[in-house]
Amino acid sequence: MSLTDGDIATIWLTLRLATTVTILLLLLATPLAWWLAKTHSWFKGPLSAIVALPLVLPPTVLGFYLLLAMGPNGAIGQFTQALGLGTLPFTFWGLVVASMVYSMPFVVQPIQNAIEAIGNRPLEAAATLGAGPIDRFFTVVLPLAKPGFMTATILGFAHTVGEFGIVLMIGGSIPGETRVVSVQIYDHVEALEYAQAHALSGVMIVFSFVVLLLLYTFQRKNKAVGMTYGR
Amino acid sequence: MKSIKWLGLILFSAFSLCTEAKSVHVAVAANFSNSMKSLVTEFEKTSDYQIVLSFGSSGKFYAQIKQGAPYELFFSADQAKPDALQKDGLVVANSRFTYATGRLAVWSARPDFSNKIETKLKKGAFNKLALANPKLAPYGAATLEVLRYLSLLESTQSKWVRGENVAQTYQFVSSGNADLGFIALSQLLGTKKVKPDSYWLVPDYMHNAIKQDVVLLRSAEKSQGAKAFLDFIHSNKAQKIIAEYGYLVTLSSHAGQGL
Repeated sequence: MSLTDGDIATIWLTLRLATTVTILLLLLATPLAWWLAKTHSWFKGPLSAIVALPLVLPPTVLGFYLLLAMGPNGAIGQFTQALGLGTLPFTFWGLVVASMVYSMPFVVQPIQNAIEAIGNRPLEAAATLGAGPIDRFFTVVLPLAKPGFMTATILGFAHTVGEFGIVLMIGGSIPGETRVVSVQIYDHVEALEYAQAHALSGVMIVFSFVVLLLLYTFQRKNKAVGMTYGR
Repeated sequence: MKSIKWLGLILFSAFSLCTEAKSVHVAVAANFSNSMKSLVTEFEKTSDYQIVLSFGSSGKFYAQIKQGAPYELFFSADQAKPDALQKDGLVVANSRFTYATGRLAVWSARPDFSNKIETKLKKGAFNKLALANPKLAPYGAATLEVLRYLSLLESTQSKWVRGENVAQTYQFVSSGNADLGFIALSQLLGTKKVKPDSYWLVPDYMHNAIKQDVVLLRSAEKSQGAKAFLDFIHSNKAQKIIAEYGYLVTLSSHAGQGL
């Protein structure tokens, strides 16, 4: 295996991106998943559909629209400029925002399933024992839905690592800022540097296998809770 | 059951259509797509052969052809990939020639940049400079030569955003995300909307010629359709179309020079 300094820099950047995205997504997806699990509103259907859209849309479609929307003439671009942040394409934080959109369903859905599986009874029981809403969340929901949160974390992280189409559209391949592993592999292949492409792809395959192995081993242990995802 | 019969019928007719029409599969570098569409329209007016086009990057086509992709002709964006294929023994001898020489242009989609492209570039008065990845795209490599010629290589580097090819570089500029971008002149002349004062045509002495070669692949050695299309590319009519799209054509003096 011969990884260049450039290759290793892309690995670090990818891990930094995936970690940032996963943490922010867990913070955002938990209340969203909670609402989706509990609501009877007519808006549940449309919102679920919007959350699930990235599962269906080709990443290039998402990437193209994000490039337009986050650009100086787009809605998001106008907003970030008004805040004095400039525009998001070609920046690390632009990739973070795009990855959050892209990985959203992989984080929301397992958490939502887990919360739905708990049902109302444990919460009602806790309430009669005098637990407030925040107390109930941390002492009842979180422990019972833990497998769902684990699945969400692993899938969200892994999915962000594997992202390519969107990064290609809005990244601009800037070293240390937006040049992630998948883009680097693509560049190697395009430049006919097949040996380097092999080395980096090998790392990706091993990584993906280990992550999925963790996920499925974990799910087997928790079978009693009924938390399976992706099989 | 009825629907299955219908499906079968549709599939059958689709297959028979495919075999009846004498089609030629052609792989084309992304920067040449506009010109190629016009060329094919012109060719099919007088020919029974039908040209089936695939657009993409030359690097990908190279990998696919090595793995037996069913293309008969390969219009590369450079000379390196046809070179490599020739060394791999996948090219019909004497079939290779330079079908077009690309021109670089610096373009801006900002109305307030019109007529000032060259000044803005030289003063560094822009937010981002989009260029095709020099490692992958011949237009990107030429861009570096121009920046070096103008002594702008170091000063602009922090503002570079790289597209994987000129098509993506064009997108960065047209969406307004980059103020300036080095793209292929053919991309601008292919779209009627672009005003002449929105770009600066880079003088060709500032970089090495961007020669684009075509090869007949060995798997298609006996393909009459592919040969007919190559003959057409040699014709004056085709050369005129290629020139209209902003390429230099020097075919007559370069024909058959590849070997």
